[in-house]
Amino acid sequence: MVKPPNFIAAMTGTLDEEAARHMVTRTPQTEALGFQFVSISDARGTIQVPWRADLVGDPETGVIASGVVTTLLDHVCGLSIRAAAAVPQGTLDLRIDYMRPARPQADLVADGHCYKLTRTIAFVRALAHDGDPDDPVATAQAAFALVGGLS
Amino acid sequence: MSLESTPAERLAAFLARTPYIAFLGMRAELAGDEMTAILPFSPHLIGNTLLPALHGGVLGAFMEMTALAQLAVITGGPRPAKTIDVTIDYLRPGRAMDTYARAQIKKAGRRISSVHVEAWQEARAKPVAAIRGHFQMPAEG
Repeated sequence: MVKPPNFIAAMTGTLDEEAARHMVTRTPQTEALGFQFVSISDARGTIQVPWRADLVGDPETGVIASGVVTTLLDHVCGLSIRAAAAVPQGTLDLRIDYMRPARPQADLVADGHCYKLTRTIAFVRALAHDGDPDDPVATAQAAFALVGGLS
Repeated sequence: MSLESTPAERLAAFLARTPYIAFLGMRAELAGDEMTAILPFSPHLIGNTLLPALHGGVLGAFMEMTALAQLAVITGGPRPAKTIDVTIDYLRPGRAMDTYARAQIKKAGRRISSVHVEAWQEARAKPVAAIRGHFQMPAEG
């Protein structure tokens, strides 16, 4: 069975930038949402999603739907784990607090940080903002199971 | 939309006014006061092409929209409720097939409501994911 390059990179060591970009922009759902890769560094990742009319939750305000924020935060958590451990992972739970609505027609940016790894579990925090990380739109706390565990 | 409208009218109005619901392709059916939300499988919902599996965020968002739709059924205001927080539990991989969800309003408050939602695919007794959430109710009038 031929596996895509990002999967091989993920199984053999650190996630390089090309593999990270692939993970952010080339899955069908993230492609449909228009996710853009921003950066990865040690145990951290950043993704941006440009505002689009068909992603709006309330047409009276023009604010991006909270469901888009959910997928953005889930994905940036996964990206930061790959940046820390480079093994595939599945979400166990994801808690999201919506602090305030995003500004109308604002793009969103999400930062994730995998702050603790055990052999089998990754613990992650993330936030989404519309320009100022100190004034987040939403914050997230999540636990992921590392598939196969860390060797 | 006032409380003189029927639950079916309020549900239809909520589904029709939300662009992101059209993006997901979500719909919902009412049997009396019981609503079932349906997320027909579509390739753009896939998050993992190797398994293949639905994106976890899609399942979370679908259940959150289910909670908002259920709240729209019981409230008469023109504005939808707003999500305060959600806790999503992932129980089984969401496979590349249709997904269903039902919401239980645990408390319908004047200001804040608490809602639980479960999503399943092949068997109702084997949910793929669940959420608990708090929602700010729209101002009356």
